[in-house]
Amino acid sequence: MITGTPKPIEEILQMLEPYDTIILAGCYGCVTVCRVGGEKEVEILASTIRLAREASGKKITIKEVCLERQCDPEYIETMRPYVEDYQAVLSIACGAGIQFLAEKYMLTPLLPGINTGFLGVTERQGEWAERCQGCGDCVLHLTGGICPVTRCAKSLFHGPCGGSSKGICEVGKDVPCGWQLIVDRLKSLNQMDNYTKLKPYKGWNTSRDGGPRRIFREDMI
Amino acid sequence: MLKAFENGADGVMVMGCLEGNCHFVNGNFRARARVARVSRILETIGIGAERIRMFNLSAGEGARFAAFVSEFTDEIRNLGPSPINVARQEPAKIPTGEINV
Amino acid sequence: MKSGSNLEKVLAAGHFSVTAECGPPRGADPDVVRRKAALVKGNVDACNVTDNQTSVVRMSSTAGCMLIKETGIEPLLQMVVRDRNRIALQSDILGASALGIRNILCLSGDHQKFGDDPQAKNVFDIDSMQLIHLVKTMRDEGIFPSGNKLEGAPQFFIGCAVNPFADPFDIRVPRLKMKIEAGADFVQTQCIYNMDKFKTYLDLAKKDGLHEKVKILAGVTPLKSAGMAKFMKKMVAGMDIPDAVIKRIADEPKEKQAAKGIEMCIEQIQELKEMEGISGIHVMAIEWEEKLSEIIGGAGLLPRPVVE
Repeated sequence: MITGTPKPIEEILQMLEPYDTIILAGCYGCVTVCRVGGEKEVEILASTIRLAREASGKKITIKEVCLERQCDPEYIETMRPYVEDYQAVLSIACGAGIQFLAEKYMLTPLLPGINTGFLGVTERQGEWAERCQGCGDCVLHLTGGICPVTRCAKSLFHGPCGGSSKGICEVGKDVPCGWQLIVDRLKSLNQMDNYTKLKPYKGWNTSRDGGPRRIFREDMI
Repeated sequence: MLKAFENGADGVMVMGCLEGNCHFVNGNFRARARVARVSRILETIGIGAERIRMFNLSAGEGARFAAFVSEFTDEIRNLGPSPINVARQEPAKIPTGEINV
Repeated sequence: MKSGSNLEKVLAAGHFSVTAECGPPRGADPDVVRRKAALVKGNVDACNVTDNQTSVVRMSSTAGCMLIKETGIEPLLQMVVRDRNRIALQSDILGASALGIRNILCLSGDHQKFGDDPQAKNVFDIDSMQLIHLVKTMRDEGIFPSGNKLEGAPQFFIGCAVNPFADPFDIRVPRLKMKIEAGADFVQTQCIYNMDKFKTYLDLAKKDGLHEKVKILAGVTPLKSAGMAKFMKKMVAGMDIPDAVIKRIADEPKEKQAAKGIEMCIEQIQELKEMEGISGIHVMAIEWEEKLSEIIGGAGLLPRPVVE
């Protein structure tokens, strides 16, 4: 799922300075699963903001909503009947959802309540880890199902580098060396010749480096 | 917990079973972590971390319960009303500039 | 001759070669480089100039190379892939060759978090293996990797680094093989303290005949003190310092430890000289360049040969 972390409350309060009435919109999608932007988090954040604002002498009215998703137009439309009754929308969905709301409600300031992070998985409740960089040219079949672009801090294609020590990456002791993982997996799959093959230079143009991307399904348009 | 403060509480006590004796096995450990989180939020927004606290005791410890409540109530009384209640007692700020006499 | 570099010629003539290292300054003062160069001159066949080592910004490696070249030392350009995309790498390779630099060491580079600018963007457009291949393609085929012809191919003796002490051990020799396949002409190893483990590595490499396909220069770093040894053992990843080695220097009184470190380094070089498959040494006397002539001379490697 797409993960994120909450913005510090001070930053959010600063964004909300000019407003007295806002909508706080969560999302039942990814951000619910990683416990940063779902219904519960909407309630907690709304309470927190109301308390902080009232204590500093400037009350705020918050309409709490949680949309099915913020990345599909049908669900965003459900806000249309009341969106103009409020001065701003604070969204704790991912950056895609926040932007989509902004596109659909061009006259309403859209504020991000979280810092969107990465494409990841739930390693255990409370711990999410990055798995995919969306490079647009997947090579997982060559690396035993482990992504060198994402799991190697240097996105090497012929790792590990000299900074790999006892299976840990030089960037931090809680970061496993992606290439150690790949080597171990290739060994267990009996695919070590995938390791020694020289790989062509990665084409980064299929990633965001080539420009903002778009998918066209001609059979659907 | 946050709603309690919104509704005008100056302090909140969260009571759980003795650690290791939770009726729901480890619900009290989870609660402790949640109380800690709310405490941090309250500190950051200026309400005060000390206004919420978790207490562990068994259902049969009546005297201890009373002692906890007395102690905490005194502490909160010393801290004074929560900033929310202070703000609610002041004349309401009217944006139009009229003065409320 | 692939490049005509002095290092290449010395190795081709069968001499045991010597390289050392020069770290450029954290500023624009060329005299810092010139002072270090003065200590290196006459002791080496080529001198490495590091490239923003540990991601700490220093004067560029190319500039450092030109400054030592002016003093008559043959430079060895270290190039990391951490900071430059393939466009900049190709451009810098062409520029360095145009300026007369003839040796290059292709490296990954430490992650930017170790330097003063951990917020910098992570480039790594291609990795060090692919950089070796890139230089080789340009040199031998006279083309850009994109296929277009070069107006003058760069001439480089291509090197890479290997660490026989890194994890996991069982891919160390396969990695050396891959670097040779990619186009490496020589390798410089991480500094060696565990000679037994190094011999194990070398034997495995020799089994595949790799010592005949590439020139192996063994890395050595003289220990200044027992404290330095203990620090490196604890803090530097991929460093293997056996306790016996630390004990040897620690047994000396503090004021005699530096001299002991040099004595141990000279002994080590003499042992490496006798090993089949070792074509030379790479002496990394970082911030201790004034000891170079003592070490290299003490090992019987002076004067350096002059090969036409």
